[in-house]
Amino acid sequence: MLIRLGPPVAILLLAGPILAGLAGTVLPAFGYLPALGGTSFSLDAFRQLPAEPGIGRSVMLSLGVGLVATLVSVSVVALFLAGWSGTRTFARVQHLISPLLSVPHAAAAFGLAFLIAPSGMIARLVSPALTGWEQPPDLQIVNDPLGLSLAAGLIVKEIPFLLLVSLAALQQASPASRAALVASLGYGRVAGFLFGTWPAIYRQVRLAVFAVLAFSTSVVDVAAILGPTSPATLSVRLVGWMGDPDLSMRFLASAGAVLQLGVTALALAIWVGVERAAAMSRDMVCEMGTRFRRDGAARMAGLGAMSFAATVVFAGLATLALWSAAGLWQFPEALPREFTLRTWTNVLPRIGGPLGVTLAVAAAATTIAVAVAIFYLARESETGRAGGRGALALIYLPLLVPQASFLFGLQLLFLLAGFNASLPALVLAHLVFVLPYVFLSLSDPWRAYDRRYDAIAAGLGKSRLRALLSIRLPILTRPILVAAAVGFAVSIGQYLPTLLIAGGRLPTITTEAVALASGGNRRVIGVYAFLQMLLPVIGFAIATLVPALLWRRFRALRV
Amino acid sequence: MKFLLSAAVSLFALSGFAFAAEPDPAKWDEVLKDAKGETVYWNAWGGAENINAYIEWAGGEIEKRYGVRLVHLKVDDAAKAVGTVLAEKAAGRTEGGAVDLIWINGENFASMKREGLLMSPGWAEKLPNWRYVDVDNKPTIRTDFTIPVEGLESPWGMAKLVFFHDSAKTDPAAMPKSADGLLAWAKAHPGRFTYPQPPDFVGSSFLKQVLAEKIADRALLQKPVDEASFDDVTKPLFDYLDVLHPVLWRSGKAFPQNYPAMKQLLADSEVDIIFAFNPSEASSAIAAGELPDTVRSFTFPGGTLANTHFVAIPFNAAAKAGALVLADFLISPEAQARKQDPKVWGDPTVLAVDRLPDEGKAAFAALDLGVATLKPDELGPALDEPHPIWMERIETEWKRRYGAAN
Repeated sequence: MLIRLGPPVAILLLAGPILAGLAGTVLPAFGYLPALGGTSFSLDAFRQLPAEPGIGRSVMLSLGVGLVATLVSVSVVALFLAGWSGTRTFARVQHLISPLLSVPHAAAAFGLAFLIAPSGMIARLVSPALTGWEQPPDLQIVNDPLGLSLAAGLIVKEIPFLLLVSLAALQQASPASRAALVASLGYGRVAGFLFGTWPAIYRQVRLAVFAVLAFSTSVVDVAAILGPTSPATLSVRLVGWMGDPDLSMRFLASAGAVLQLGVTALALAIWVGVERAAAMSRDMVCEMGTRFRRDGAARMAGLGAMSFAATVVFAGLATLALWSAAGLWQFPEALPREFTLRTWTNVLPRIGGPLGVTLAVAAAATTIAVAVAIFYLARESETGRAGGRGALALIYLPLLVPQASFLFGLQLLFLLAGFNASLPALVLAHLVFVLPYVFLSLSDPWRAYDRRYDAIAAGLGKSRLRALLSIRLPILTRPILVAAAVGFAVSIGQYLPTLLIAGGRLPTITTEAVALASGGNRRVIGVYAFLQMLLPVIGFAIATLVPALLWRRFRALRV
Repeated sequence: MKFLLSAAVSLFALSGFAFAAEPDPAKWDEVLKDAKGETVYWNAWGGAENINAYIEWAGGEIEKRYGVRLVHLKVDDAAKAVGTVLAEKAAGRTEGGAVDLIWINGENFASMKREGLLMSPGWAEKLPNWRYVDVDNKPTIRTDFTIPVEGLESPWGMAKLVFFHDSAKTDPAAMPKSADGLLAWAKAHPGRFTYPQPPDFVGSSFLKQVLAEKIADRALLQKPVDEASFDDVTKPLFDYLDVLHPVLWRSGKAFPQNYPAMKQLLADSEVDIIFAFNPSEASSAIAAGELPDTVRSFTFPGGTLANTHFVAIPFNAAAKAGALVLADFLISPEAQARKQDPKVWGDPTVLAVDRLPDEGKAAFAALDLGVATLKPDELGPALDEPHPIWMERIETEWKRRYGAAN
């Protein structure tokens, strides 16, 4: 019974909040919101939108930053896979990159900001010896008007995501035989991969790339930390309007959220054009017949870009850790004058509340998500019908629709239902984002399970439920725990859903950290970002250690 | 959808029928009894860690003494809390509101008073500790940005605009003595001064300081804005900013988001002059290891803005008795003395120290105000805050002119 309910529940949990939320956003955008006196439909809010100062620039920023960040991340991942897949270096870099997936976006963005600011770590290391700077130069690096540092912040976080998604696809594309084939035709490694294997991989990861693009065009927390301020990107301004004490601004915010939806859709349309152009130029180059055998430079560039992205995040996080224990630390000193645990002892006693909420919500959302995903997949195994493209698109839906566009409406609905700022509401909102990741992480190992075990169980007269509980789930302990750890990490990193749905009543580590970021107190941000990073790492450690301990006497299940 | 909305709204309307009796601070014993076991949700700006720590301490004390639990809802702008209360009023939620106490003054107080969003009648002057409040020498306690307070909010601390610089890097004698002097200094040192981006209240206060110095007739600021002459009257301010912005930090294309972010810029030597609304702020920062101990304060001899900040209770607060107990605790000699300690926060007291019992006098006498804090007689004259509507109009105008600087 439970298993049969799997697919409908999953669809309800994924699509329900999004559709309800979109309705709650679109109606006020067209002037309908009885609680605020809007009882008739009008286009006033959309007329007001173009009059906002710098709105055109905000839209262009969102669009441009999203496209650039996506293009660069996809290119780096493709080049790195092309140059190095199947090598030892590849395995090493992969191990280096994997933990980065669990670093929340905001923490990575803080780290980057402390690294590259004119008074940041890099400038301190080379000053005044190399630069002669006794005081930091007046350069607009962070919050730069073109959004370059924002794009960089997104790139270093999207590369690990795209790499890990591509790895799953790579294994199914039988890369070794393809590589042998193109090599026998005389192609160089990089060109051979791009011509022969990449198209098959890209077809599989396309939705993930779309998700990256949708996220990058509509991100709020990273844009608030690294993005331009006058004007800010569209998404940041939306959230500002939403929190404006003048409630009539809600109509404008809703219209802006609809605009954001349009911007993201336009970005996706442009991206489809980019895909076509890339495919055409690939075909043209391919038809020229050049083999590109001397591709050492391209390979090094791929490796260099990939390692650089990882190094930037790690260096940023190390700088954060340093700040959290720093006493007075003036420019251009490369190290604090003194170290102190004062920040930690000040902050830790007060971190209990947010930490409790973070853990409770993450645990609840993850448990539900894992259960729903298992029921869904179990039903799929029973009926033998994989969801296909439609189901996959549905799973990606929460990652494709800009968060602000449906969260505003969802917040409004919860508010009117008196359900806002409650733990269940927050869990539900997190679930919308946790479920897709849990799903994507669990579905491949689930489908790769050897179904002959089920046949043996059936032959021994065991029910399907019994076979699921006593055989399949234990064998899949590790992938299930890894999926849970992924979901846990996603929940911890959620900023906008927590901010809007909890209305400040249920602060989490992430909302506290982003709120503190505006205060620029690097010591305190360092503590919060460190915890933000630590929690997912603990999750992944459990996912690795528990199966190892559980199955230490079972050779075939050892990791 | 329509049905859902109207059903939800009528639900709120229904729940509003039962009115509870308002707690009366004149009968303090009953207030204390009511308050026991209540949870007070206090919406207060949460951008400074030392202030958050102080609020945490106050929460611990009232829980221990009166059994009142305090939850600090950290907001980045008090206006958001006002928005919450307004939204609740619009939705018909006349009791059981989400906000019990707001840290507030100026235009937010004015709009709450105007919209009838405050617990009334006036309660602040009936609090037991009110007898120590220095209403004689601190006129801004009863007049908040020209608006009569009438006991609708209880004073918490005093504020005065004060500038800071690092005496190890810049010469104290070269520091500007007026807004014009500041402009001349900024021109001579391009990229070494900035201010928080309005509508941050410290940033907006800088605009008001310049306006108060540059306006032809300062008396106009005590009255609401006259729209017809607004452009003429504020022309000196915006002319000033037009000249100032190109020589600001990042050429005026980016601004720090608030005071703590600007303080970090001084610590990083990105700017040379900063300012705060709290005279002992620099000493607090030195005590916390955030600024070097060579930082010193100065003000303008012609006067700088001064005001009082308050706490107010919304009309629909769920824990009014608890909020009263907290408001009273905040003006107790003990809490006020601790607040003025630069090692804790350094926010000046609203009490008349000479009227306190001996114990309270001793607590204040024992305070070391720190090397960077000016003595009361060095703080210079106080300029009155303009009518709150000026701040709103100037902020809108600022956003229109400079909000899209790139």
